Amino acid sequence: MAILEIKNLHVSVETEAGSKEILRGVDLTIRSGETHAIMGPNGSGKSTLAYSIAGHPKYEVTEGEILLDGENVLEMSPDERARAGLFLAMQYPVEIPGISVSNFLRTAKTAIDGEAPALRPWIKEVKEAMTNLRMDAAFSERNVNEGFSGGEKKRHEILQLELLKPAFAVLDETDSGLDVDALKIVSEGVNRAQEANNLGVLLITHYTRILKYIKPDFVHVFVAGKVAEEGGPELADRLEAEGYDRYLS
Amino acid sequence: MEQHTHGAGVPLQIRSERLRSANPKDFPAVTIRDEQWRYLPVERLEGLDSEVQKFAGSLVGFPVQDSGNIVPGSISLPEDLVAANVFALNDTKFIKLVSADAPELLEIKASGTKQGLQFFISNEKFGKNTLVLNHTGSGSLAELIEIEVADESDLTLISIQNLEDDSVITSSQFARLGRNSKFKHIVVSIGGKTIRVVPAVSFAGTGAEVEMLGAYFANGDQHIEHRPFVDHNMANCTSNVAYKGALQGAKAHTVWVGDVLIRQAAEGTKTYELNRNLLLTDGARADSVPNLEIETGQIEGAGHASASGRFDDEQLFYLQARGIPEIEAKRLVVKGFLNDVISQIGLPDLQEELNGIIEAKLEGKQK
Ligand SMILES: Nc1ncnc2c1ncn2[C@@H]1O[C@H](COP(=O)(O)OP(=O)(O)OP(=O)(O)O)[C@@H](O)[C@H]1O
Ligand SMILES: [Mg+2]
Repeated sequence: MAILEIKNLHVSVETEAGSKEILRGVDLTIRSGETHAIMGPNGSGKSTLAYSIAGHPKYEVTEGEILLDGENVLEMSPDERARAGLFLAMQYPVEIPGISVSNFLRTAKTAIDGEAPALRPWIKEVKEAMTNLRMDAAFSERNVNEGFSGGEKKRHEILQLELLKPAFAVLDETDSGLDVDALKIVSEGVNRAQEANNLGVLLITHYTRILKYIKPDFVHVFVAGKVAEEGGPELADRLEAEGYDRYLS
Repeated sequence: MEQHTHGAGVPLQIRSERLRSANPKDFPAVTIRDEQWRYLPVERLEGLDSEVQKFAGSLVGFPVQDSGNIVPGSISLPEDLVAANVFALNDTKFIKLVSADAPELLEIKASGTKQGLQFFISNEKFGKNTLVLNHTGSGSLAELIEIEVADESDLTLISIQNLEDDSVITSSQFARLGRNSKFKHIVVSIGGKTIRVVPAVSFAGTGAEVEMLGAYFANGDQHIEHRPFVDHNMANCTSNVAYKGALQGAKAHTVWVGDVLIRQAAEGTKTYELNRNLLLTDGARADSVPNLEIETGQIEGAGHASASGRFDDEQLFYLQARGIPEIEAKRLVVKGFLNDVISQIGLPDLQEELNGIIEAKLEGKQK
C-alpha cells in the first residue's frame, strides 16, 4: 500500500511579466488502488499540477509538499520520480526523432527496473500489450510519437503505463481526442494496469464519458489553482449538468 | 558552453566568383585569412596542401574503371589548392551507374600519407541508383569527385567519413544535375582527426531537385567541417539542405558553412537550408554560417535556420519522466538526432555499425 500526498502546493511559472502563481494551495491524497478524477475549467491549473508532480523544470514550487510514502518528491529529479513509481501520461506527448518505440520502451524499462529485461519475455509482453491496445506491430519500429495521430499518441502513453508498472499515474486528458472505440480500449488499459499493480490513478478530464469506463472513487473540482469541492462520482454528473458557474464568482 | 551562431551575412567572398582552376599554382597558399580556410589550422592538412601522390590504399566493392568517355574537370575544376593537387595527378577513376535495385557499396580504405584520389561518377539517363562511398583506413587523403546526374535520373550518393582517429580527409564533391533529375546527397562524418567535405551542386537543366543531408559527431580533438553549396543557375529547381551535428569534449570543433546562390536565371527556385548542433559538454565549439545570396526576386521561397547548443527541454523531460537519467536522455536524443540521417543510408549493417560507433563515442570511449 502506497500513498501520494500533496499538501498546500503552490506553484509558479516564469512569464515575461515576471513570476505568475498558478497553483494556490492544492491538497490531495491518493492511495494505492484508488481512482481520483479531477475536473475543472480550461486554464485552472490541472496540467500544471500534473507537471509539478512529475517534476517539469518549468514549474517552480514556492510552497507546500509532495510526499510519496513519506519521501520528499520535490527533491527528486523527474527521472528519480519515475523510478520511485510516479507516471505522467501527457496531454501532448513529445516527438523524439530517430528513436524507435521499441528502443525507447526497452531503455525506459531498463532505467525503471535498474536492469535490462530478459529479451524474450519482454518482447512477448510488449507485443501482448500492443495487441490489447489495438496498436499495429509496425508502431514498434516507428519513431517515438513521430507522425502519430492524436489518438495513437494516447494509446502509446497507456502502453507505457502498462509496461512500466508505476505505483501512481497521473493521466492528463488521456481521453481527449479519442473516438468512442479508442476511449473504451484505452480505458481498459488503465483498468488492467490498476488491477495488475494496484495502481493509484489521478485522472484529469473534461468529460464524464470516460468515467463510465474508469470509475472514480473521488471527484475533485479544480478551480483557479486549487480544489474547490470534493465528492463522489455523483459530483461529476452534477458538473456535467451545471458546469462550473457556481464556482466562478 | 561556447556557441557560435551567425545570421545570414554577406559572405566574405561571393561564392560565384571563386577561382576555379586545374593548376595548383593558380591558388594562393592555404591560410586562415582565406574565407575557405578560415576555420582550419593549416597544419591539420598534414601537407595535403603542398603535394599529393597517387592513392595507394584499396578500393573494395563496386567496380571502378580507369578510363571513360567523360572529361575530368567538365563538371567543375577544383576550387581550392588541395583539390587542384589531386587534379594534377591526372589519374581519374570512373564509376558508371546504370540502374540497380539495391544500394552499391564502395569502400575506400586509405593507407599512407599525402594521398590523392579522383573520381568521376556518372548516373545515366533514367538510371535510379544508390552508391555508398565508405571512407575508412588511416593516413591523409585528399579526394576530388565529380558527379554527373543525367536528365530524368535519380541518384542517392552517400559519403561516409569513418577513418582511424589519426587520419585526415578532405573531399570536394561537385555534382551537376540534369533536367528533372533527383539527387540526394548524404554525408556522415564521424571518424578522423580532421574531416573536411565540400559538396557543391549546380544545374544543367530545369526542374531538378536536390536534397543534401549531413550527420556528424565530433569528440576528442576532432575538427569536422562541411561546406555545402547549391548554385541555383537554372529555373524551377528545388534544394533542401539539412545538416545535424553533435559535439562532446572541450576541444571538439565543427564548422558548417552553407552557401546557397540564386542567380538571375533561377526563377521559381525553392530552397531551404538548416544546420543544428547539439553540444553535450562545455567548451565544444560549433561554427554555423548560412549564406544566402539572391539575385532574382522571382523565387518561390528561400529560407535558412541555424541553431547551436540547446537540447529541447520537452524531449528531455519526456524521456526523464520515463525514468531515464538526464545524461542518458541527452545521449538518446543525440543518437536519434543523427540516426534520423543515418537511417536513410539503406544498408542496415552499415547503419548499425555507424550507430554503434556513435554510441561508443557518447559513452566516452574514443573511436
Ligand atoms: N509559461 C507560461 N506563461 C504564462 N502563463 C502560463 C505559462 N504556463 C502556464 N500558464 C498559465 O497557467 C494556467 C494554467 O494552465 P494549465 O495548462 O495548467 O491549465 P489546464 O487546467 O490544464 O487547462 P486545459 O483544461 O485547457 O488543459 C493557464 O492560464 C496558462 O495560460
Ligand atoms: Mg491541461
